[in-house]
Amino acid sequence: MPARPRIVIVGASIGGLTAAETLRQEGFDGDVILIGDERHRPYNRPPLSKQIVVGDWEPEHAGIRSEAEIGSLGIELRTSCTAEALDAAGRVLHTSQGDIAFDELIIATGTEPRRHPLVPSALTLRTMDDALAMRDRLRAARRVTVIGPGILGSEIASAARKFGADAQLIGRSGTLTFGGVGSLLSSRLAALHEEHGVELTLDAEIVGTRSDAGGTIIEFTGGTSAPADLVVAMIGGTPRTQWLASSTLTIDNGVVCDETGQAAPGISAVGDVAAWRDPYSSRPVRVEHQSNAIEQAIAVALRLVHDEPAARPVPLFWSELHGTRINAFGWFDPTLPLVSAPGVGDPDPTVLVSLDDTGRVHGAVGWNAPPRQFRAARAAVAESAATAPTMASHP
Amino acid sequence: MGVVVQRDACVGAGQCALVAPDVFDQDDDGIVIVLEPEVDGALLASATRAARLCPARAITVSA
Repeated sequence: MPARPRIVIVGASIGGLTAAETLRQEGFDGDVILIGDERHRPYNRPPLSKQIVVGDWEPEHAGIRSEAEIGSLGIELRTSCTAEALDAAGRVLHTSQGDIAFDELIIATGTEPRRHPLVPSALTLRTMDDALAMRDRLRAARRVTVIGPGILGSEIASAARKFGADAQLIGRSGTLTFGGVGSLLSSRLAALHEEHGVELTLDAEIVGTRSDAGGTIIEFTGGTSAPADLVVAMIGGTPRTQWLASSTLTIDNGVVCDETGQAAPGISAVGDVAAWRDPYSSRPVRVEHQSNAIEQAIAVALRLVHDEPAARPVPLFWSELHGTRINAFGWFDPTLPLVSAPGVGDPDPTVLVSLDDTGRVHGAVGWNAPPRQFRAARAAVAESAATAPTMASHP
Repeated sequence: MGVVVQRDACVGAGQCALVAPDVFDQDDDGIVIVLEPEVDGALLASATRAARLCPARAITVSA
């Protein structure tokens, strides 16, 4: 590196900001430039589909650090700046605000929500501005249809009920899913939604839509239909890698990296956009959880400053649905049913674990769990992960 | 150094109480409680690590 090395980070959300902060906290004294294409300073995304969309928080409350704090860390933040192309060999980033040379680049551009091909008018959610628009529409809606049986779909259905609207949640695979836990919590989630008045249609094949004076009518095979004055689609995301198409990096459902997060000499990737090699399966695995972005960002920063090997992040994710707090930690094999934690004879347990027949605990779910009990289950997961590699969360 | 938490942002993951059990605990709902609002030395190091790892970014350690 030259006399004053420069690390450029593309993407000013949790992964990018955590990398920048960690570089400084670990003593990196070169230039740190953090670029983001939104007009906002870095903010937390998990509250978008929770506190922001139901109107409990104003946008400022989701902000992570003030501009003054970012400045005092010696991080140069450039907002409304879009990465346009990468010259990996020449180590130059082309942006909407000009070219930036770098010694190390960290890619943290996240994902773009997928639009439903047959319901293109459905709202999606990625940014603060998306969430504020959705909040205003939810406030006025009488009947909301949410397409997508994952955590985000469940959260928006829960938000619609909180506003007092009728809510219908639509899936096609027959089950509700919860991130890396997959379908293992489906019956509990279904019971929770039904108890709070969400209508579930989980095996519906959408064939098209039509409009009438009241809004949008979604049509299914078999001639059934669902009318709504607001339709939301939460059907997953695609990595934001279009700007890398002309680069020499390997792009295959994300930026393909080794198990330390390196994509090429001088170039790393973290968070939702990154597919790190999984040591258990040897395959690139992409994980879309906030805590994964944080841990990968810390690992890359430590590697760049101290040349320390990366610790493999353990998946950690959470939600709050109809007032029920759900936490998940670890890995979940879809063939292993969740069971009550060992030694706890509770017929309606608040802690469930993924336990294999050798007695190893791969993952734990807390369902309004007493914190000490959930922490004990987490410790068991961490202990078994430390003794041997365990399965990937998205095999 | 002072430890400040934003309790309404806490998601009850328990990361802080695992990483820095001498500085943080959780109430019955899982929400963070600060046991040591002033830290230095080893406690400062573990509180800083907890702040960095907090999935909700609800912890600030400052001068």
